[in-house]
Amino acid sequence: MRAPDTILPLRAEGLGFTAGGVRILRDVSLIIEAGAPTIVIGANGAGKSVLLRLLHGLLAPTEGRVAWAGLAARRQAMVFQRPVLLRRSVLANAVYPLHLAGVARTEREARARDALALVGLGDLADRPARRLSGGEQQRLALARAAALHPEVLFLDEPCASLDPTATKAVEEIVLALAARGTKIVMTTHDLGQARRLAGEVVFVHRGRVAEHAPAPHFFAEPATPEAAAFLRGELVW
Amino acid sequence: MPGTLRRTLLAAALAAAAVLPAAAQERFITVSSTTSTEQSGLFGHILPIFARETGIAVRVIALGTGQALDVGRRGDADVVFVHDRAAEERFVAEGFGGPRRHVMFNDFVITGPAADPARIAGLRDTNEALRRIAVARSPFISRGDRSGTHAAELRLWRMAGVDPVQGRGQWYREVGQGMGPALNTAAAQGAYVLTDRGTWLSFRNRQDQRLLVEGDARLLNQYGVMLVNPRRHPHVKAADGQRFIDWILSPAGQAAIESYRINGEQLFFSNATQPEPVS
Amino acid sequence: MNDLGSAFSMAIGLIATADPAVAQIVLLSLRVSLTAVAVAALVGLPLGALLAVARFPGRGGVIVVLNALMGLPPVVAGLLIYLLLSRSGPLGSFGLLFTPTAMVIAQAVLIAPILAALTRGVLEGLWEEYAEQLRSFGAGPWRAVPTLLWDGRFLLLTVLLAGFGRAAAEVGAVMVVGGNIEGFTRVMTTAIALETSKGDLPLALALGMVLMAIVVTVNALAQGFRDAAARWAG
Repeated sequence: MRAPDTILPLRAEGLGFTAGGVRILRDVSLIIEAGAPTIVIGANGAGKSVLLRLLHGLLAPTEGRVAWAGLAARRQAMVFQRPVLLRRSVLANAVYPLHLAGVARTEREARARDALALVGLGDLADRPARRLSGGEQQRLALARAAALHPEVLFLDEPCASLDPTATKAVEEIVLALAARGTKIVMTTHDLGQARRLAGEVVFVHRGRVAEHAPAPHFFAEPATPEAAAFLRGELVW
Repeated sequence: MPGTLRRTLLAAALAAAAVLPAAAQERFITVSSTTSTEQSGLFGHILPIFARETGIAVRVIALGTGQALDVGRRGDADVVFVHDRAAEERFVAEGFGGPRRHVMFNDFVITGPAADPARIAGLRDTNEALRRIAVARSPFISRGDRSGTHAAELRLWRMAGVDPVQGRGQWYREVGQGMGPALNTAAAQGAYVLTDRGTWLSFRNRQDQRLLVEGDARLLNQYGVMLVNPRRHPHVKAADGQRFIDWILSPAGQAAIESYRINGEQLFFSNATQPEPVS
Repeated sequence: MNDLGSAFSMAIGLIATADPAVAQIVLLSLRVSLTAVAVAALVGLPLGALLAVARFPGRGGVIVVLNALMGLPPVVAGLLIYLLLSRSGPLGSFGLLFTPTAMVIAQAVLIAPILAALTRGVLEGLWEEYAEQLRSFGAGPWRAVPTLLWDGRFLLLTVLLAGFGRAAAEVGAVMVVGGNIEGFTRVMTTAIALETSKGDLPLALALGMVLMAIVVTVNALAQGFRDAAARWAG
C-alpha cells in the first residue's frame, strides 16, 4: 500500500555519538521497517533521545551512518518532549512547517485545519498558541507534525510532562496516525505506554541497543537480563 | 508570515519616502552665514521681506565665518554672507566666489564681569584694555574657532602688541565654539570676552557680564556678501543667489537692515552705498 | 532654581498653546527620527538576527565592529555623512546636504549598529529556544532570520524604542548635516542647542522638557501596545 518511493526502511549502521568526551551511544545497528509503532525504551540517560535525534538528522553521528531508502529530508517529522510553539496563533503554528516544506499557499490552511481537527484543536485555531494548556500544546505539536503528512514521525517522550488525561489524548492521536500509515518511532520511559503502543521494541541500555524485538515477544520473554531487570522495574539507569 | 514581513518592509520604505518630498520643489537658495547674523535675529527680520518680494526662500546655515566660507568652498551654499574681510578676500582670490561686496557693519564690544578685575570699564582704547587684561592675567574667553569674531580678536591682540598665546590654558581660554557658548562661558567664569554687539544685545544669560569697552574705530565689524562661483560649482543657483545679493545691496535691502531693532536699539548699519571703511 | 521653575512653566505653555513654530520643530523631529529608525531597522534587525543564528568565519569581528560602532560619536558620523553628501563629495549630485533626508541618513547610520547589536542579544535567547524545532522543520539559519524577527516582534519593539530614543536625543550629527535651518531642518535638539548658545537657558530647558515629554509618550504608547500584545501572545 506504500507508495513505491518510500523512504523506509531506515538503517542505522554502526552508529555512535560522542559529545564532550563522553560516549553517549555506540555500535547501534538496526533496521526500522514500515508497520506498527517502534517504541524505544530504556532508563533515563540510556541514550534514547540521542538515538532519535541521530535518526531524525538533528545530530550528526560521530561514528557510522543513518541511511534511508529514499530522500528523507521532507518526509519525516519530530515531536519533542517540550513542544516549542511559535509566538503566533494555533493555526499559524500548523501552517508554518507547511510553508517551509514548500506546500502551495492555497493548500496550506486546509491541511493545517485538517490536522488541528485530528487532534481536537479545530475550535482553538485563532487562539495564541502559547496560551494553550500543556496537553493542548503537545497536541498542537502533533498536529503541526501530522500536517506535514510525514512518512516517519519521531516522538521523544511526548507525554513526559503531561497528566494522565492529556497522555491518553496524545496516545490516541499517535495510534490514529499509525492507523493512517505513519510510521511511529517513539521514546518513552513509561512501560505501560510502551505496552499500549508498541508494535516492536528497541531497548537501549547504556548507550547500546541491547534488544530489538516484536513487542509481544519482548514483553513476554526478554532476551537479555538487563531488559528483564528493566521490565521488573529494577533498573533505574 | 512572509506576507507580514513584506508589509512591514513596505511600511518602512513608505515611511522613508515620506521624508524625501520634504525637499520639495520650493524655490530657495542656501546662504552660509555667521551665527551673529542668525542669532541676533537679523535674518528672521529681513528674509521674509526678501521672500515676499521675490518668492525666493532663503535657507540659512549659521556657522563661524571660517566654516561658512568652507561650506561655500565645497559648493554646499549659493551665497556666503560673513564678516572677516581678509578671509573673504582670500576666498575670492582662490576663485571660490565673488566679487565680494560690503553690506553692513556693526561693532564689537568687550564685555566682562561687573567686578572688572583688570579695570577696563569705560576705556575707548582697545589696545589699552587688552594690555590691562593681559597684565592682570584676568580670564579672557576666546572663540578659538576661525570665526570672524575670532579673527577680529586676534587682530586686536596684535595691534595691542600682546601675544595672548602665552596665557593659553591659564587666563587665555579658547572655547572653540560659537559666540553664544563663548558668552555663556564668560558669564560662568567671570571672564572678559570680545563679542559682536548684535549677539550681545540678544544674549539672555548675561548674569553679571557688563558691556565695558566700546567705540574704538578698531572695533568695526564689517559684513561682506559674495556669490559662490557657479563655474566652479555648476549647480549653484547663480541667478537667484545674485538676486539676493542685488536685493540686499539695494535701497530696499539696506532699509530692511536699518529697520531691525532689539529694544529700540539698531543692531546693524547698512553701508553698501558708501565706500567701505578701513579698520 | 528660578531658571528651572520658569523653564517648567514655559514648557507647559509651549505644549498647552501648541506654539506653531515649536509644533513644526516637534513634527520634524518625530518624522526624521522615526524614519531613521525605520531605515536603520531594515538593515539592523536582519543583521542582528543573522548574527544571532549564524556561525561564520569573521562573525566575532563583525560583532566587535558593531559594538564599537555603538559608541560612534554622533559628530563623527555627521562629519562622514557631510563629506559624502557635500557637493564636493561622492554623493554630492543628489543635493541632499542640509535637508531632512540627510538627517535621516545620519541618524540611521548612528542607530543601525545599535539596533543590530540589541537585536542580536534579544534574538539569541529566542534562537536558543527555537533552534532544534526549526532545524527539525528543515529551516536553516537563513530561513530562521525572518521567523525570529517575527516571533520576537514584541521584544524588538523595545529595541526600536532604544534606537528612537537615541535618534531623537542626538544633536551632533543632525546639526552638521542638517544645518539647523529654521523652518526646514531645525529639530528639537538643534533648537535646544541654538537657544542654549543664545543664552536663553529657560527656553532651551523648556524645549528639552517638551522633547522628554514626547519621548516618554512614545515609549509609553509602545510599551502599552507591547504589553497588551505580549499578553495575547503569551
